[in-house]
Amino acid sequence: MKKKLIGIILITVIVAAGLLWLVQGLLMPKFMSEIPEGAMIQEYYENAGGNDVIFISDCEVYENFSPITLWEDYGITSYIRGSAQQLIWQSYYLMEETFRYETPKIMVFNVLEMKYDTPQSTGASSQREAYNRMTLDGMKWSSSKVSSIYASMTQEEREKDGIWSYLFPILRYHDRWSEISGEDFRYLFQRDKVTDNGYLMQVKVNPVGDDYPVIPLVNYQFGENSYYYLDKMVELCKEHGTQLVLIKAPTLSPIWYDEWDQQMVDYAKEHDLLYINFLDRIDEIGIDWNTDTYDQGLHLNVYGAEKLSRYFGRILSEELGVEDHRTDARVVPRWTQKCETYMNRKETLEKELQAVVE
Amino acid sequence: MSFTSINFLVFFGILIILYYALPKKIQWIVLLVASYAFYLFAGLKYLGFILFTTITTYLVTRYMDGRIKAQNEYLKEHKAELSKEDKKAYKKQVKSRNRLWFILTIVVNFGILFFCKACLVDPLHSMTDSGVISFLSVGLPFGISFYMFQSMGYVIDVYRGKAEAENNFFKVALFVSFFPQLVQGPISKWEQLKESLFAPHPFDRRQVAFGLQRMLWGFFKKLVIADRIAVAIGTLKGTEYTGVSFFLLTVFYAVQIYGDFTGGIDIAIGVGETLGVIMPENFIRPYFSKNIAEYWRRWHISLNEWMKSYIFYPITVSGPMLKLALKTRKSLGKFGMRIPVYIGSLLTWLGTGVWHGFNLHFIVWGLMNCFVIVISEELNPLYEKFHQKYSWSNTRGYNVFQILRMFVLMNLIRASDLFNDVGDYFRRMGSLAWQFNFHVLWDGTLMNLGLNAVDYVILIAGIVLMFLVSFFSRDDVSFRVKLQKIPWMVRYLLIFLLLLAVILFGSYGIGYDASNFIYNQF
Repeated sequence: MKKKLIGIILITVIVAAGLLWLVQGLLMPKFMSEIPEGAMIQEYYENAGGNDVIFISDCEVYENFSPITLWEDYGITSYIRGSAQQLIWQSYYLMEETFRYETPKIMVFNVLEMKYDTPQSTGASSQREAYNRMTLDGMKWSSSKVSSIYASMTQEEREKDGIWSYLFPILRYHDRWSEISGEDFRYLFQRDKVTDNGYLMQVKVNPVGDDYPVIPLVNYQFGENSYYYLDKMVELCKEHGTQLVLIKAPTLSPIWYDEWDQQMVDYAKEHDLLYINFLDRIDEIGIDWNTDTYDQGLHLNVYGAEKLSRYFGRILSEELGVEDHRTDARVVPRWTQKCETYMNRKETLEKELQAVVE
Repeated sequence: MSFTSINFLVFFGILIILYYALPKKIQWIVLLVASYAFYLFAGLKYLGFILFTTITTYLVTRYMDGRIKAQNEYLKEHKAELSKEDKKAYKKQVKSRNRLWFILTIVVNFGILFFCKACLVDPLHSMTDSGVISFLSVGLPFGISFYMFQSMGYVIDVYRGKAEAENNFFKVALFVSFFPQLVQGPISKWEQLKESLFAPHPFDRRQVAFGLQRMLWGFFKKLVIADRIAVAIGTLKGTEYTGVSFFLLTVFYAVQIYGDFTGGIDIAIGVGETLGVIMPENFIRPYFSKNIAEYWRRWHISLNEWMKSYIFYPITVSGPMLKLALKTRKSLGKFGMRIPVYIGSLLTWLGTGVWHGFNLHFIVWGLMNCFVIVISEELNPLYEKFHQKYSWSNTRGYNVFQILRMFVLMNLIRASDLFNDVGDYFRRMGSLAWQFNFHVLWDGTLMNLGLNAVDYVILIAGIVLMFLVSFFSRDDVSFRVKLQKIPWMVRYLLIFLLLLAVILFGSYGIGYDASNFIYNQF
């Protein structure tokens, strides 16, 4: 009798937990047709390993560099671990996590993130939290993810569910039941790829108009927290024998102040790092603000990203000695496949855009 | 730590495991540690308040009980030697010594409560000058109204010789701080609670299941109904909502406060039940009451019992009151005899109002209740004649009318809770008499209150479910007992669906500004 009872309770708990797990899967946003930025972080795990260069940062890397171009022109294997409004501590923990899967020769970090010093830096609380989730939900569970969650949580999250809503995302997305669509069922167990090795392709052209106003700041000094995590990145890369390269992507807004640039120049000098501000090299790269941006200079489109990648590829290859793998039979088939997917995506998007224009 | 937070569920889960895994004789110690851990979650700054009340309660009850016991022993030993007058004088002497410490304890503790209510709450809701008290921004100490009344009830009972003082300080500490009661009651009496609080409790599957079911039902009422409708109440408090809109506010508020308060009590009692500790019921289907006296016997029962036992009765039967009754009887006849009852009622309701908050609107709320109760008591003979004369007044239909009438009347009185500005409240009450803007029910106003069509569907379904559960519990048999009689698969499915409803339709998490339990602020 007792055994039967325990059996009934066990079965009930397992069935209930299973059903709740299914409901949770259904309620979690899939980020397939809308806001693909939310699906980017988890795509990495299928591509982890064998990358010589890893980019880590926000849209300044995942919109502006094309790993496929780096492969096609220089045979460089690379991946972008980017996500929307990624914050510096999230980048650090993504970097830490990346070293669990592979040890790249070069780690590229875009320094615009230095301007965000605390989790409460900008925007409405719920918006900040939504961006955080796009980076954090996609990570596999590890001590890096836990640390990143604790470093990222907004005050509201700390006061409400804390880490529990990350452990059980149903608590966060429970009210999505009224928005459930066919997409939620279609992608319940698997997702499509939205990027090409972390690069989120845009083919639209939207030229730069007027100059962006340069609004003077009261204080140009980057915060202590930002430096704390940048120091940790330097230390981490040193530990793994990886060269950390600091870059500033060539985008016109948000404004990259000279005072900020000088701090990075000084920091790189002090720590013996390579720092490249691509804004100073627009002409060398060949970026044309009439054709190479899809949002008036905030990000590059695929044509601008390919130009920038060709330029940076030369530096990686010639100055930093990153290996050319185009004759390596172990990686060529995989990358050929990636190139094909990339070309198909580009062609499809261009056709779609053409259809909209016509 | 809110009952509706995940932290609480984790805390409770760990507690349950420890509680039933550790030796039964230390279960009450586990509860004490858990209660203080729960209390500390609210902040270290409140610890001094509860410790002070616990220590003074323990010391004074031990002192008074010691005196009473010594007195009884002395009288027993010297039974033959002492005359009746000597015994009386000795008892009086003991009583007067006890009274000194008793009054001191009561005055100091209630003084603290009074001070906290008047000065430590949000300055906007305080009667003191916000500039003067700005440094006292600690807020109302967590659970103070509940543990204070519970402790002082115990002190009074010991003083009256109705309860024996507990020797073990830590047991008194647990009685004062027992965590499920800290959030919003119920306010238990020592004699009611002590047995199940300190007794060993073997794991009882049925009791644990019942406790968990009751907690789940509480979560449903709080998260799905009360917190969802809260946003509309916030909107309807706007000055432009008068007439029928104000009436709507009173109905919405009736739903919210019922879901919130009874939901919280369900969770508290459910927590206790899961741990084997049985607490008194605080609500017995109050919205099915036919008159105001009945309503107050069914709503917030533990507070009303406390007020009755420790304020109303002592006042009405006190020496000065009896003397007053004799005097007024001579001049006013039968009516004069009832003067002490009126004074007792007035002071009791004044106290109940102040207990809710040191604000004018709570005092007005208390006085309105007092007024309606006294009037209905006075008119009672007329009602009886009316019922005798008209047989139709004893039909089911008339009963339903009485229930609805009571519901509306209490809603109108209760709505005064919502308005710090008493003048505004009466202005809106007045608008009911002249503003018949029924069009707000169909002109889209309902959709501009912060709720959409889906919210209304969830609310209506939730309210219907709440009504049905209440309705089917009318024979005083718990709905859970009835649920136990249906096949286990169906029962488990229903419980799972309720759990799913709480998870999916509950108003919680990021983006929700769900209100804390309303009674947590008192």
